[in-house]
Amino acid sequence: MAYVSVKGGEQAIDAAHAWLAEERRGDPTVPEISLAQIEQQLGRAVDRAMGEGSLYDRELAALAVKQAQGDLIEAAFLLRAYRTTLPRFAYSLPVDTAEMLIQRRISAVFKDLPGGQLLGPTYDYTHRLLDFSLAADGAPPPSPRAEPEDAKMPRVPDILGHEGLLEHDGGDEGEPGDLTREPLRFPASRDVRLQALARGDEGFLLALGYSTQRGYGGTHPFAGEIRMGEVTVEIEPPELGFAIDIGDITVTECQMVNQFKGSKTLPAQFTRGYGLVFGHAERKAMAMALVDRAMRADELGEEVTAPAQNIEFVVYHSDNIEATGFVEHLKLPHYVDFQSELENVRRMRRQAARVAERAEAAE
Amino acid sequence: MRTNGPLPMNGYNFAYLDEQTKRMIRRALLKAVAIPGHQVPFGSREMPLPYGWGTGGIQVTASVLGPDDVLKVIDQGADDTTNAVSIRRFFARTAGVRTTTRTSEATLIQTRHRVPETNLREDQIIVYQVPQPEPLWRLEPSRAETSRMHALADYGLMHVKLYEDIARFGQVSISYDYPVMVNQRYLMSPSPIPSFDNPKMHMMPALQLFGAGREKRIYAIPPYTEVRSLDFDDHPFRAIRAPQACGLCGADDVYLDEVVVDDRGGRLFVCSDTDHCAERRAAGHVGADGMQDAAE
Repeated sequence: MAYVSVKGGEQAIDAAHAWLAEERRGDPTVPEISLAQIEQQLGRAVDRAMGEGSLYDRELAALAVKQAQGDLIEAAFLLRAYRTTLPRFAYSLPVDTAEMLIQRRISAVFKDLPGGQLLGPTYDYTHRLLDFSLAADGAPPPSPRAEPEDAKMPRVPDILGHEGLLEHDGGDEGEPGDLTREPLRFPASRDVRLQALARGDEGFLLALGYSTQRGYGGTHPFAGEIRMGEVTVEIEPPELGFAIDIGDITVTECQMVNQFKGSKTLPAQFTRGYGLVFGHAERKAMAMALVDRAMRADELGEEVTAPAQNIEFVVYHSDNIEATGFVEHLKLPHYVDFQSELENVRRMRRQAARVAERAEAAE
Repeated sequence: MRTNGPLPMNGYNFAYLDEQTKRMIRRALLKAVAIPGHQVPFGSREMPLPYGWGTGGIQVTASVLGPDDVLKVIDQGADDTTNAVSIRRFFARTAGVRTTTRTSEATLIQTRHRVPETNLREDQIIVYQVPQPEPLWRLEPSRAETSRMHALADYGLMHVKLYEDIARFGQVSISYDYPVMVNQRYLMSPSPIPSFDNPKMHMMPALQLFGAGREKRIYAIPPYTEVRSLDFDDHPFRAIRAPQACGLCGADDVYLDEVVVDDRGGRLFVCSDTDHCAERRAAGHVGADGMQDAAE
């Protein structure tokens, strides 16, 4: 058999892409899914793609989910690659979550509180029984309506803060960093860490947050408050000198309240872990808050022993676009390096055989 | 004037990256050239190709590429490996530059895992794709700690690793990504090229640029810079290659791929550098398996 060097990579790539497009469409007798359907009916998938893709645009996210055949990491990658090409007109003012148009707001640390507990559209108390009626078309029964209460919904940490029982919120420490523009430097400050977590992989943060609950860097957390709803995004163009409203986005915020016994310089008080994620993404916001607090171990004089407390470990490995690229690059050809390893192992085996022979001859 | 290449893609800047980003990367490159072997952090952008698949090299290439450049892209020494094809097409599409497979014709060469066999010239630039720019990463995972070690030129850890290899195996067990000392100052990863290629980096007339996209680092070796593979006086560096000659062109001083030709242990050794092999065959060199190849 003669050696035929591998040619035709270009045609192979084209053919693979064509096959992929066909597979994506699936059986052509089944109606094609529309972006509006994805955006409306697969909203949590769209939310996750927006969060990890770091781009708030439900329509583009729906397109990405469709293009990626529902592979949400691939969808986030598509959004990320698109967002880097966009010009940056302005940085927004900090969003004020106290002014959120609330859809859901619960606190685990108070039985009742100003504004009340509001369950909102949650899976929490659904019984996880497959609902076979969803397999057929049909509208759900109407949900009950109530007049919106005009009650203020102060954030739970602000309630606790009045007594000085909870540490102050961080902030006013200059302009926040942006890890999509400037490379990470360590020790990374909390603003940059929070940015990394907000873009980070839900599964990774979930596992790390969970690990802190099982003894790997425990933070004694209480879910101070979880709120989800619409907040207003404002920018302040320098030529105007006042803020203008550029739109509303849905976000989920989690404020963890964590026990802290105090230190030489600080009396005992509660500390914070913070999570904020695009869309309705409660699991991620809670996990983010746990990991944020765990990463503050060094700052608060706690011993750093667990993965979730190691800032470099968490921040370097939370990005699933980086992770998937590098894990999957192992399928690229590595035969040149493998060849040098082969020769190396052969040489070492020859060496070992010579040593063994000499030992035998000496006997 | 643009020649031969297809027209660049609509809606995107020349070579994909916007000019501000290119300027940021060029600044990092200038710093890297000024401090040979030193890793310069840069604001690596998210590219439309995955991390780990050459995003660092692509960003460096995009930043130094001009319309008159002739681009060659290789992976494992070959122009026709799928990822090399993909990256070459990316630039043909976004920059419309002329591409080539001939080393001597290229002004810019982007590579993964190999240095071409043909000696490079002063008017050429070679861009390496780098998965892991930190040569000390296996010994010390914290980048805060390794930056300190580089600042102090504290490379004892690596010397101990080489010493332990020799004590245990009678030789250094690293066969690729073999650490080098650049300009007698910075320990550097040559990227995962086989150690066979390390000596080519030493006093190379071409500018060598290294891009690590996922790790967000750029580094460089200016032309005619000293690059020494780490070793000991009594255990000098030895490049590893298969001892055979190329079956197609007969070259016995090049790096070889081992191709499995049957399921009975049959092997064919051929040049890893496909252009070098083709040039030699065109010049009339024939290897032991070359006649058979031509006859069929």
